[in-house]
Amino acid sequence: MAKFTKKRGKSKPAISTASLPDIIFMLLFFFMVVTVLRDAELMVKVSTPYASELTKLEEKSLVNYLYIGRPTQKYQNIYGTKPRLQLGDKFATIADIPLFLEKHKIKVPEARHGQITSSLRVDGEVTMGIVTDVKTQLRKSGQLKVNYSAKKDPNAKN
Amino acid sequence: MAKTSTRDRMTNEINAGSMADIAFLLLIFFLVTTTIVEDKGITVKLPPWSEEEPDVTKLKQRNVFSVLVNAQDQLLVRGEPARVEELRERAKVFISNPYQDPEMAEKPTKAIISLKNDRGTSYDAYLRVYNELKAAYSELWDELSQRNYGVPYSEDMPFAYRKAIREEIPFVLSEAEPTSFGEE
Repeated sequence: MAKFTKKRGKSKPAISTASLPDIIFMLLFFFMVVTVLRDAELMVKVSTPYASELTKLEEKSLVNYLYIGRPTQKYQNIYGTKPRLQLGDKFATIADIPLFLEKHKIKVPEARHGQITSSLRVDGEVTMGIVTDVKTQLRKSGQLKVNYSAKKDPNAKN
Repeated sequence: MAKTSTRDRMTNEINAGSMADIAFLLLIFFLVTTTIVEDKGITVKLPPWSEEEPDVTKLKQRNVFSVLVNAQDQLLVRGEPARVEELRERAKVFISNPYQDPEMAEKPTKAIISLKNDRGTSYDAYLRVYNELKAAYSELWDELSQRNYGVPYSEDMPFAYRKAIREEIPFVLSEAEPTSFGEE
């Protein structure tokens, strides 16, 4: 009897912290992978429509984003509620598109200029007027590869 | 004295050797299950801009499948009201023309889909119509691919196959300058 009780009484097992760095690194890697670096804060409300015929945009560096939608609550007292275009992190007009495309172009190697895609992230409620104006300006600027951003329809048949 | 020495020999540490394995297991689990937000959408090739007026080529009425979307998001297909749900099937029948209907495309290469919208059309409705028309083509490509090669049409197919299919049924969708009756 005495044998058992005494062994228990004095030993103090310490939990090894040798693996703590591993865990921390694991968390670090996890967040590094999951975090999508968004360079622009959305100032317009964009809720893209549903569609089924989707293609994936492969290389992020070859894509430039144009957002069209109504300004969010925060900006409504300055910019009103009419649908607006957002380029990068600021509101823009149609006339700013060529410069925006050019700024993106210089970051891409020249051989790949033909593969640049413009992703139009447009809110479903926006009317086609502004979208058409943007499309026309893109055509004038020679940016013909366009992707209408859409979500996969959860109720789709296939 | 003898008793204390036995106590010292009791090494009560938890073996941490497998901790790294557990950590990696968790890491891999999260890596696999996390879906990073993807950018998906309908890819479109816009026609180049030209200042000149496009030369009017008279097309045969039977080869043109006109789709109009008005500012109230209503559809007019070949002059009669229609619903979005039936658009895909109608476009497919029009392009492939399985019964040699004299009112429909002579052959798929001659078929032209003409899409016209209003400036007041909602983007949602526009994209839905566009999606249906694109779906009609991709279903036809799929069928042709199954018939000729026994595999569904996909981007992973050999380029020659895809080219042959695209030549037999080319995707021709012409978008007219929108009307402006209903802009907000």
